[in-house]
Amino acid sequence: MAINVMQDTVISPKLSKSFRRNFIERIIEFGLLISAAFAVFITTAIVYVLVSEAIPFFEYVSVYEFLTDTVWTPNYSIKRYGILALISGTLTTTFIALLVAVPLGTITAIYLSEFASHKVRETIKPILELLVGVPTVVFGYFALMLVTPFLQTIYPDLTTFNMLGPGIVMGIMIVPYIASVSEDAMRAVPMSMREGAYAMGATRFQTAIRVIAPAATSGIVASYILAISRAVGETMIVAIAAGQQPTFTFNPVDSAATITAYIVSVALGDLEHGGIGYQSIFAAGLTLLVMTLVLNILGHWVRKKYTERY
Amino acid sequence: MAENNAKQLKDLDQIRALIQKHKKNDFIFAFIGMFIIASLTITLLILFLDLFFDGYPRLGLEFFSNYPSRKAIQAGILSAWIGSSLVLIVTFLVAVPMGIAAGVYLEEYAKKNWLSDLIEINVSNLAGVPSIIYGLLALGLFVYSFGLGQSILTAGLTLALLMLPVVIVATRESIRAIPVHIREAAFAVGATKWQVVLNHVIPYSYGGILTGVIIGMARAIGETAPVITIGALTFIAFLPPSPIGTEAPFLNFDWLQSGFTVLPIQMFNWISRPQYEFHVNAAATGAVIIVLTALMNGFAIKLRYDVRKKIKW
Repeated sequence: MAINVMQDTVISPKLSKSFRRNFIERIIEFGLLISAAFAVFITTAIVYVLVSEAIPFFEYVSVYEFLTDTVWTPNYSIKRYGILALISGTLTTTFIALLVAVPLGTITAIYLSEFASHKVRETIKPILELLVGVPTVVFGYFALMLVTPFLQTIYPDLTTFNMLGPGIVMGIMIVPYIASVSEDAMRAVPMSMREGAYAMGATRFQTAIRVIAPAATSGIVASYILAISRAVGETMIVAIAAGQQPTFTFNPVDSAATITAYIVSVALGDLEHGGIGYQSIFAAGLTLLVMTLVLNILGHWVRKKYTERY
Repeated sequence: MAENNAKQLKDLDQIRALIQKHKKNDFIFAFIGMFIIASLTITLLILFLDLFFDGYPRLGLEFFSNYPSRKAIQAGILSAWIGSSLVLIVTFLVAVPMGIAAGVYLEEYAKKNWLSDLIEINVSNLAGVPSIIYGLLALGLFVYSFGLGQSILTAGLTLALLMLPVVIVATRESIRAIPVHIREAAFAVGATKWQVVLNHVIPYSYGGILTGVIIGMARAIGETAPVITIGALTFIAFLPPSPIGTEAPFLNFDWLQSGFTVLPIQMFNWISRPQYEFHVNAAATGAVIIVLTALMNGFAIKLRYDVRKKIKW
């Protein structure tokens, strides 16, 4: 009887099986898949473009010479392409930036996560987010027009273009990245660990340093690696304030070019498509991509391997 | 017995003294933390104020309606802000639908297999690639291989690539927050998967997606390096053809192929000049960019806060 009722009930045609509807569903799913797969396409395209433009360059300059020579003079009559001259600038500015950003960022993160009241945290976090959004060209202006002149009052021999000013500004720029990623990692440590430490008579500071920070190591280290990756790829600050003269030096008061600053300086001039100058920026870009890729993979690995599970 | 108690009390006193001693460290650290945050904020505030005061004398209406000029005092950012707006239109039209579609696919459709793993790895990896690399990609691919030239279209597509991961991540996060029973209810009354997505999932995650879109757009406004790399000109004293025509069909797309400059490049160009007067222009442009991006980011942060507060499943 019940079965009969079911069979007699008229099913709305909107709900019946329909070839057209299924077909549209499939098309839409396929379209969405294509959009998502576009990410794979971009990665492939990046690698393809950089490698294919760099190959003719490496026929002209051997890979060994490229990686070991310390002179980069693409505009002189004797052209030499030693990427170390650019890497030294990149590493020096990155190092200065980290010297500023790691202590400041870590302390800010610990303070926000373990010490600050709810209200203070809710006020400061949006400010940090706003700082992340400040365009780097503006930070470049700060480095050249404000920070370097200020440093010159302390150290009068400092030249207008140097690596110290942009390095420090880059450090300030990176603080919010380290602070917010590390803070997230520390806040993810379960409350029971804090309560356990407090119950043993530990103070806030002891809990933060000996319990929370070790438990959140993976996240904190990952934030440092993210910061290094940002600093290595940072362009405008160094292009504006560090000078664009490639020099093999690790001295922060010297002017030097980073990999990114070199690419910008070449792109600003007239580019002859297919010329050695044009190809050299792709070789430089490939070096930069490899450096950041290694860092990103390392960061991913640290996070995966050392994540504590509770 | 009494001896034992006395000893315990003594121990307890010692422990209390120890804790008191360490509590001092608490105080010192809290002070250092506050000091660092305060000094960072004050330093940045001084830098921003200095920029505003440097640029203030130039910030008039004429600054927005004049072309760049060899005379600093007459120079303005007309071509730059129009260029930035047109580039952003292209970026928006490409990155937003594509980012949302990719996010929806990864959250709602993707089965756990090698393909979705591959896509996930690529999306998170792309977020970590330096922006100048996107510039090189665009130079090799869009400018030369596709023959799009150093145009607004090329710049818009380049910035769209940069913005894509931001939109994807924001879409996924806000979709993930929607409880399963909403979908189950829709399926139960006979909705197809796409109907569930279009009528329920996307509308409910609208606030979060919008936040990501605004943050991505603010970032695109300030991006300089990739746009310089594709060879954007730094001195533009003309406007691209107007996108809106006076005759039918009222729309034309010639502007897509036009040469252009954008706000941060204009600023960079003025910083690079030795004369002080141009630095004033640079500061004024910087002030415009900061106000623009801060307004957008501030709105996005507020929006996210409101959405979190309002929606309770």
